[in-house]
Amino acid sequence: MLNKYPLWKYLLVLSTLLLGLFYAAPNLYAPDPALQIAGQSSSQQIDDKTLRRALNALDEAGIAYFGQTIDANGRQALLRLEDADQQLVAQARVSRALGDGFIVALNLAPTTPDWLSDYGGQPMKLGLDLSGGVHFKLEVDVDAAVERRMEYFVNDTKRALREDRIRGLVRLNSQGKLEARFQTEALREQAREIIAQNSPELEIERVDEGDSWSLLAAISPQARDEIESYAVSQNLTTLRNRVNELGVSEPLVQRQGKNRIVVELPGIQDTAEAKRILGKVANLEFRLVANMDAAQSDKQRFDYRSADRSGASEWLERDVIITGERVSTAQASFDQNGQPNVQISLDSEGGTLMSRATRNNIKRRMGVLFIERKYRTRYEVDEEGAEVIVKVPYDERKILTAPVIQSALGAQFQITGLDNPLESSELALMLRAGALAAPITFVEERTVGPSLGAENIRLGVRSVYYGLTLVLLFMVLYYRVFGVVAVIALTSNLILLVAVMSMLGATLTLPGIAGIVLTVGMAVDANVLIFARIREELVNGLSPQMAIHSGFGRAFTTILDANLTTLIVAVILYAVGTGPIKGFAVTLSVGILTSMFTAILGTRALINLVYGGRRVRKLSIGGRQS
Amino acid sequence: MKVINFMGQRKLAIVFSGLLLLVSIVSLATKQLNWGLDFTGGTLVEIHYSATADLNAIRSTLETQGYAGSSVMSFGSDQDVLIRLPQGYSDEEGTALLSLLQETFVGDVELRRMEFVGPQVGDELREQGGLAMLLAIGLVTLYVAFRFQLKFALGAVAALLHDVIITLGFFSLTGMEFNLTVLAAILAVVGYSINDTIVVFDRIRENFRKLRRAGPVEVVDISISETLARTLVTSGTTLMVVVALALFGGEMIFGFAVALIVGILIGTYSSIYVASAWTLMMGVTKEDLMLPIKEGAEQDDLAP
Repeated sequence: MLNKYPLWKYLLVLSTLLLGLFYAAPNLYAPDPALQIAGQSSSQQIDDKTLRRALNALDEAGIAYFGQTIDANGRQALLRLEDADQQLVAQARVSRALGDGFIVALNLAPTTPDWLSDYGGQPMKLGLDLSGGVHFKLEVDVDAAVERRMEYFVNDTKRALREDRIRGLVRLNSQGKLEARFQTEALREQAREIIAQNSPELEIERVDEGDSWSLLAAISPQARDEIESYAVSQNLTTLRNRVNELGVSEPLVQRQGKNRIVVELPGIQDTAEAKRILGKVANLEFRLVANMDAAQSDKQRFDYRSADRSGASEWLERDVIITGERVSTAQASFDQNGQPNVQISLDSEGGTLMSRATRNNIKRRMGVLFIERKYRTRYEVDEEGAEVIVKVPYDERKILTAPVIQSALGAQFQITGLDNPLESSELALMLRAGALAAPITFVEERTVGPSLGAENIRLGVRSVYYGLTLVLLFMVLYYRVFGVVAVIALTSNLILLVAVMSMLGATLTLPGIAGIVLTVGMAVDANVLIFARIREELVNGLSPQMAIHSGFGRAFTTILDANLTTLIVAVILYAVGTGPIKGFAVTLSVGILTSMFTAILGTRALINLVYGGRRVRKLSIGGRQS
Repeated sequence: MKVINFMGQRKLAIVFSGLLLLVSIVSLATKQLNWGLDFTGGTLVEIHYSATADLNAIRSTLETQGYAGSSVMSFGSDQDVLIRLPQGYSDEEGTALLSLLQETFVGDVELRRMEFVGPQVGDELREQGGLAMLLAIGLVTLYVAFRFQLKFALGAVAALLHDVIITLGFFSLTGMEFNLTVLAAILAVVGYSINDTIVVFDRIRENFRKLRRAGPVEVVDISISETLARTLVTSGTTLMVVVALALFGGEMIFGFAVALIVGILIGTYSSIYVASAWTLMMGVTKEDLMLPIKEGAEQDDLAP
C-alpha cells in the first residue's frame, strides 16, 4: 500500500520528538539570580555558621533570598535571590560580612526540576555576548622565554668551559645565539664536544673567519617547541588558579593556537580588578630552617601552605639563598626505586649560590616559601560620605615544603620523600607557578555589560518569533493542509535544535541566535522542495497518492545534495571561526541535521497519517490542480 | 507548465552581472572595506548615558585629554554612544576613558560593551577569514564535481565568486562596517547560494536524462522554469526571517542581516543566470551526464 509507514517509523518519529521536548524543556525554566560562596583556599569549609552570617547580612539589608544550600563536601554554599537587580548589592553586603577569607561570586542558579536534571536535562549555556562578562585573549611571550633559556645556556657553557680549562670568549650575540670564539681549531673542537654533551638542545655550527675559530649555537626548533608549550602550559595552570580567586561561577581558561590563552569570565564587570589578579606575580624563596639556638632577630616564623599541615609552622632564617627568578624548571618525576620526586633545575648563578649555601649545611633542612600577592579589603568613607572599597596589597608567605639537605646541591637537584605522585605534581606545579613564567600580554579584550546581554537575548528572541510567525503564516496560506504539516515540522525542528544544543552543552551566542533564525528560513526549503515536487506531479497527471510518493522520492536527492554542501560550509566556519562565529556554525550545522530529519521523516509521517492508505480525490496543497 | 526563455536573455544577464562585478571590484580596489575593530585592532567602547548624550562635548573632552584619532558617534539611540580609538592605545585605555566620561557627565554612564583588539590578532583574523572563504568555495566545488560533473562545478564556483564579490562590493560601496559577524554572514551566503544552485543543477541533470530530444539550452530553460516556484518560495521565506532579523535583531546583528539580505537576493539571481549560463558556456551536453544514470535508478530506494 502506498504512503503507509510501518508502525516503527511512526514510533521513531514520535519518540524522537518526545525526547526532543524533554531535553529542550530545561530552557523553559528561567534561572534564579544567586550568590555562590566559597573559601579562599580549596581546603576551607563552609559551615552553617558562615552561611548564617551571610544570611544575616542580607536580612539587615532587606534583601529577599531563598533556597540556601551547602553542597555535599562543604566547599560551596549557594543562596538564591528574589530580585536580580539586587544581586550586586547582595554580593557587596555578603562579602563584607564574611571578610577576606571568602569568595562571593555572582551566579545564575539553574532551576531545572529534578525529574529533568536526573536524566541529564540542562539548559543551554549562554555566551558572553548574552550573559555579560569579560573575554580576554592573552599571548605568551615565547621569545622572552627562549631568550631566558639561552642566557642559561650561555652561563652554563661558560662554567663548563672554565671547569675544563678551555679558554675562549662566550657571549649571547644580538641575534640571540650563543657565540663562542677560540684561538685554535683544537680548542674549538673540544668546546664543541662539551657544549653538545651539556646542552643537547642546541644546534651548533662552525664559523671560520680569518684567524678565529668560532661556534654559533641556536636552540633547535624541537627544543623551541618544547619551551613554548612548557611556557604556555605553565601560564595556563597559574591562570586557572588565579581565575578561581576571582570568584566566577563558570570560568573558562583555554589554550588557543600555539601561544594564546583565552580566558572567559561570565558576570565580571570590573576588568581592571580581573586584570590585576590575572597578571599578578608569585615568587619563591629558598631559606634554611633556623637552628634551635638562633637569635630571634635572625629567624622568622611561617605557616605551611598545604591543608593537611594547616596549623603547623616552621622557623626559617632571615637570609634568602635564592628566589624564584633563579628556578628554570621544576618537574614531577620518579627516582629509580619508583618513589615520586620533584626535579628542580636552577640557572648557573642559582646553582653557585645553592652549592655555596648547602655545602656546609648537610643534614640541615631547607624551607621553600611560596609568596603570593594578596589584597585585604578595607571600607572607608570618602569626603562626600560615600563608602568606598579600598584594596590594600600584602604579600602572603607560606611554606611549601622543608626537606633535609642530603648532600651539597648544585644547579640540578631533587626533592624526595614525597608520599605520592599527587603530592609531587602539586609541589612541582607550585614551584613552577612561583618561578618566573614567560611574560603574558593582553592582545584582545571584550566586555559586555549585563544590560546589553539581556537586551541581546530579548532582541534575538523577538526576531526569531517574528521571523517564524511570518514563515508559518505564509506556509499555511500557500500550501493549505500541507502547509500545516510544514508548520508542525518546523516547530519540531526548532524544538529538536534546542534539545540537541542543550544536550551537547553547546553555548548559545548572538550569532548563534541568528543561526537559528537562518535555520528556520532554510529548513522550510526541504518542505518547499517536496511540496513543489508533489504539485508538479499532480499537474503531470499523477494520482494524489502517486504524486505524494514520487514527490518525496524525487526531492530526496536534491535535499541531500543541497544540505550536505551547506553542512560543508558550516563545518569550515566552525573549524576556522572563533568565539561567537563558532556559536553560529554550531547552530547552523545542528539545524541542518535536525531539519533534514523533520522535513524528510517527520513531514512524511504526518502526510502519511493524513492521506496515506485511503482513496484521496484531491490534495490540499494550494496552487492549481488539473 | 509554461517554459520561460531564461537563457534567451543570458547576454543581458552577462552584461548586468559584469556591470555589478565591475562596480564591486572597482569599489573594493579604491574604497576597500570599512574594516571593523576585529580586523584593524584598536579599542571600542559603547556607553549608555542616562540622558541625551552631547556628542560634541564628548569629542572635545577626548581631544583635550589627548585621545587623538578617536571617533565618536551615536549608536542606535541618542543615549547610546560608540567611541573608537585607533590602534596604538594600550589595553588599559578603555577603562580610563569610561571613568573620564563619568567624571564629565552629571548623570550616570553605563558601560555596555568594551572591546580591545591587539594588532597581532587583527591581521591573523583577516588571513583566517580569507582562508575560510577560499576553503569553503574549494570544498564545495570538489563536492559538486564529484556529485555532478566538472562543468557544473565550474558553474557553481562562478556563481559563488559572483555572489561573494558583489556582497563584499555592497559593503564597500555603502561603507558599512565589515566585522567578524559580517564575515560569518558571507560564509552563510556561500552556503545558501550553493544550496540554491544545486537544486537547479539537480533538475538539469534529471531533465538531461529524461528529455532525450531537447537541446542543452532548452533543458536548462525547462529546468529553471520547473524549479522557479520553489526558488522563489524558499528565497521569500528566508528573506522574511532575515528581514525580521534586520528590523528587530538590534544594532549588533544588523550588518549580519544586511549581508544575508544582499547575499540571498544576488544568490537567487545567480543560481538562475550565472551558474546555469556558465555551465552552458562550458558546453555541457547529455554525454557529460551519461555515467550517473545508474545512480538515478537507485535514488528511489534511498528515499524513505
